Amino acid sequence: MSLWRGGEKGRYETYKVPLRENQTVLDVVTFVQRHLDPTLSYRFACRVGMCGSCAMTVNGRPRWTCRTHVSRVATRGQLEIGPLENLPVIKDLTTDMRPFFEKWQQAKGAFVPSQTRGDEIERIRPDSPARIAADAAIECINCAICYAACDTVRWNSDYLGPAALNRAWTLVNDVRDGATSERLQAVAASGGCHACHSHQSCQELCPQQLNPTASIAGLKRRTMWAYLKGEI
Amino acid sequence: MNVRLYVWQRLTAAVIAPLVLVHVVVIFYATRKGLSAADILARTRGSLTWASFYGVFVVAAAIHATIGVRNVLTEWSPLRDRGAGLLASGFGVLLFLLGARAVVAVVLP
Amino acid sequence: MTLRHLRHRHSALWLAALAHRLSGLALAVFLPLHFLTLGLAIRGEAPLESFLRWSDQPLVKLAESALIFLLMLHMFGGLRLLVIENLSWRDGQKQAATIVAGVSAAIAFFLLARMF
Repeated sequence: MSLWRGGEKGRYETYKVPLRENQTVLDVVTFVQRHLDPTLSYRFACRVGMCGSCAMTVNGRPRWTCRTHVSRVATRGQLEIGPLENLPVIKDLTTDMRPFFEKWQQAKGAFVPSQTRGDEIERIRPDSPARIAADAAIECINCAICYAACDTVRWNSDYLGPAALNRAWTLVNDVRDGATSERLQAVAASGGCHACHSHQSCQELCPQQLNPTASIAGLKRRTMWAYLKGEI
Repeated sequence: MNVRLYVWQRLTAAVIAPLVLVHVVVIFYATRKGLSAADILARTRGSLTWASFYGVFVVAAAIHATIGVRNVLTEWSPLRDRGAGLLASGFGVLLFLLGARAVVAVVLP
Repeated sequence: MTLRHLRHRHSALWLAALAHRLSGLALAVFLPLHFLTLGLAIRGEAPLESFLRWSDQPLVKLAESALIFLLMLHMFGGLRLLVIENLSWRDGQKQAATIVAGVSAAIAFFLLARMF
């Protein structure tokens, strides 16, 4: 297997690791760090596909390495593992995720309560259209695979990216949230949802099988009508 | 692209699509026995219908192309929003002027 | 990390977006020329007629049907986007993009056959 070593201007270096049954990509990266080179830097936490911290580029595709079996992705017994695309490389397989999370904030990805703890709990019907739309997009684990796979991000550094816009879409559909118009304004600016070209790479590669392209299309619609009605 | 440019881009697209269909049907009709200037001009000269058809077509296409070229420039050239907007607008004005001249050329009796 | 490593670029929808952009650029380059030739009629029928006779060459006819292909690709591809952006989401976009390319090629080929 070859692993990216160094910062932005690094190179791929080759390692030999034993082939075992039921081995994930994260397992073999860990093997290198434990047995071949303890200076290898990479990031992981839960190892069970919940935390979203172990995403890397595996044979040209961004993947969650803890849930990706080597047997499924190795070509002729070989793996090439690099850091995620579209993010600054810190060292080896770790990227600086700050731009990714800063864009969550720019897209107003935080819930803004419209009530206090003194109010009664809001009743939300699970079968209401807004809740169905929010539920379809809610299971994001912030792994940045979509962000790394998006060429609109690559070509337009201001673009908020699939994950942040998908998050904004869930909040726009949350009736308890009190910042819809600010959020629509944020995602309707230059670099917002209208920059999306519907490549659908985000949908194709999302490990949670979410469809950010559909969420972004929803935002395009909502912001367009809000704009035409003079609300934003 | 912000929501304002998006609305203009998609609105002009929606206007252009049916016009393109008519245009293609006319192309198929006009090429049935080869193009000739006499045939084309006999159809268009003095026709208010064709004048407005091509007039709307030129205006919508110029706006649509301007925004499209601007978006390509912002992504694929070192130009940023402002520079790309200026360059694309220059192209759009040229497109509009040439288009308006062409419409005048074929509809004026 | 060279470009050949970016495997998501093999996707049909990525290629559809690229085709949409390149066809749009090609049409933007063609339009001024189209307008200039039609503008020949400003000095009467004769200059336009002589251009049209020049355009009877097989190579020009081939280029014309290629332009029709690009125009159809751009229009139907754009309609596909207008549908997913303005109506509720529907799956099967890869198939839709393939149909767009197929129908566009068929129309262009039909025109080519008609001109010869």
